[in-house]
Amino acid sequence: MTTETTAPAAAPIGVAREGNWVRRIPWTLIVFLVLATVPWVGSRYDTFLAEQIAIDALFAVSLNLLLGTTGLVSFGHVAYFGVGAYVCGILMKTYEVPFIFAFPAAGLGTALFALVSGYFCVRLIKLYFAMLTLAFSQIVWAVAYKWNDVTGGDQGLPEIPFPDLDWMSAIPGLGDLRTNDQFYLLALAIIAVSLAILHRLVRSPFGRVLTTIRDNPERAAFIGVNVRAYQLAAFVVAGTFAGFAGALYGIFSRGVFADFVFWSKSAEVMIMAILGGMGYFWGPPVGAAVLVWLSQKITAYTEYWPFMLGTILLVLLFALPGGIVGGLAALWNRIQGRRRA
Amino acid sequence: MAASFLFSQVMGGLTTAMFLFLIASGLSLVFGIMRVINFAHGSFYMLGAYLAWQGVQWLHPTGAGFWLATLFAAVTVGVLGAIIERVFFRSLYGREELYQLLFTYALVLILGDAAKFLWGVEQLSVSTPPILSGGIEIFGTTQPLYTLFIIAIGPAIAIAGSLVLSRTGIGRLVRAAQMDREMLDALGANVGAIYTGMFVFASFLAGLSGALVTPIQSIVPGMDVLIIVQAFIVVVIGGMGSFWGTFWGSVIYGEVLSFGILIFPGFSLFSVFALMAVILIVRPWGLFGRPL
Repeated sequence: MTTETTAPAAAPIGVAREGNWVRRIPWTLIVFLVLATVPWVGSRYDTFLAEQIAIDALFAVSLNLLLGTTGLVSFGHVAYFGVGAYVCGILMKTYEVPFIFAFPAAGLGTALFALVSGYFCVRLIKLYFAMLTLAFSQIVWAVAYKWNDVTGGDQGLPEIPFPDLDWMSAIPGLGDLRTNDQFYLLALAIIAVSLAILHRLVRSPFGRVLTTIRDNPERAAFIGVNVRAYQLAAFVVAGTFAGFAGALYGIFSRGVFADFVFWSKSAEVMIMAILGGMGYFWGPPVGAAVLVWLSQKITAYTEYWPFMLGTILLVLLFALPGGIVGGLAALWNRIQGRRRA
Repeated sequence: MAASFLFSQVMGGLTTAMFLFLIASGLSLVFGIMRVINFAHGSFYMLGAYLAWQGVQWLHPTGAGFWLATLFAAVTVGVLGAIIERVFFRSLYGREELYQLLFTYALVLILGDAAKFLWGVEQLSVSTPPILSGGIEIFGTTQPLYTLFIIAIGPAIAIAGSLVLSRTGIGRLVRAAQMDREMLDALGANVGAIYTGMFVFASFLAGLSGALVTPIQSIVPGMDVLIIVQAFIVVVIGGMGSFWGTFWGSVIYGEVLSFGILIFPGFSLFSVFALMAVILIVRPWGLFGRPL
């Protein structure tokens, strides 16, 4: 096997496609508006599922900024998710800091940790990068698991309070919702804004440079791009948004536990990104939705969910390397081609 | 600190170390040649343990026939390795690392559940083979014979392995495959067969170490994931692909863990992870490895 870089089998991110009427509909907005109605039209369980999917979607998109856009295979992305969850959880539970301060603090803390760990990681190539990210995530796990006084050790931090949502009750129509549902709407709004920012970023000149680095780091360096600085910047941004996702997840699941940070979780979010299609911005959210939904459905019938997950992964690797969105896009292109012909 | 206490601490570290060496050497061999971190290596180890238990049950439930069961376990895992390499892995060699990593991870998930399905979630255990069930007195401490056997078998395999690598024709081919696969292919060597052979040998070692661990540790689901992280650290410390590096990496890991518990209890786990991170930062190819 050679160490040459080969671009992932995917369409380029950030390249404007031919306009047609399907693309002109604001799909993203529609999806979020539909999701926002879940507390009214769906059951408690539906809201739970939607919230889980939304948080995982943000987490997977943040990973994909490294994986699909920059071509960095991080096997320890869960570390940043975990740091965000712990910082927010500890501030809100132990120090009773309100959410409005604890949440940005979680992002800031994660960004700092990503800056320090990323500084070392981006100096390594390929497989060594993957190994060092894995090492950092295991360090975070070991600290979370053993530092009883701060993280609660193997007992974790249960009963993280909900944010103060009285202001939301003052808004007409939202007052009679349960606190769970109000928090769901808040989380959904935060996730929508975060995804919009990430989307802008990927399509921006900065995102183009990242794609160039993914496709050919040597050439990028040759035309004057500071490859490491850009990779580090991508690493910090990806880490920060993973931290936001983690902070929301801690409140959503009413506790932060060391399990959140175990290395197999990094693999799980990676599977989400690849299942959806890491060559597309909306691939990872699709992957998150499918995987969360499947895991709920399948665990209802059998305890052998990991076996199913492994099988899904095998099918993906050998039959559908572009993921669901990649497969659909190929199908769509074939239909379009046939129509033109 | 009393000398006997220090001694038993050292011996404890060495036992951990030699076990890890048996497992990690296979991981390191596969990495050295194929440039793949085989997460499923821990699953092969777990299968070795379960198969050894199964073999003992079939032969003689009281524990006789342990050696035959161990051989059975190692060979079966080796055959499984051959199938996996030939059927699946082969088609991934040209692909990106990410896909290879995820393929081995898919195996972890599937084999873990397969073991649960076949053997359940109860703890299983195998009794120590009668010939090694005693202990001897050294420096005022009692050392079980079986532990001493493990401590002896590690260096034996290390020496045998490095002799094969440095002195025989097969070893020369393996080293050549490590350095430049295309060139070796162009020279007419059957690189595919070398890959399969190394993968089978590594799987065999994993199965063997899984079988040998059964008299000391109980067999539980999840042992695959626990061991692969440790073996991974050992290989990173020593240097991926380096045989002696893996040996010394295991010794360092075992002793750091064994003495780390004394110095800061509760944080010995942290200390080995931190050691791994520092080595990756300063010398990513490990203490004894060579840069890629």
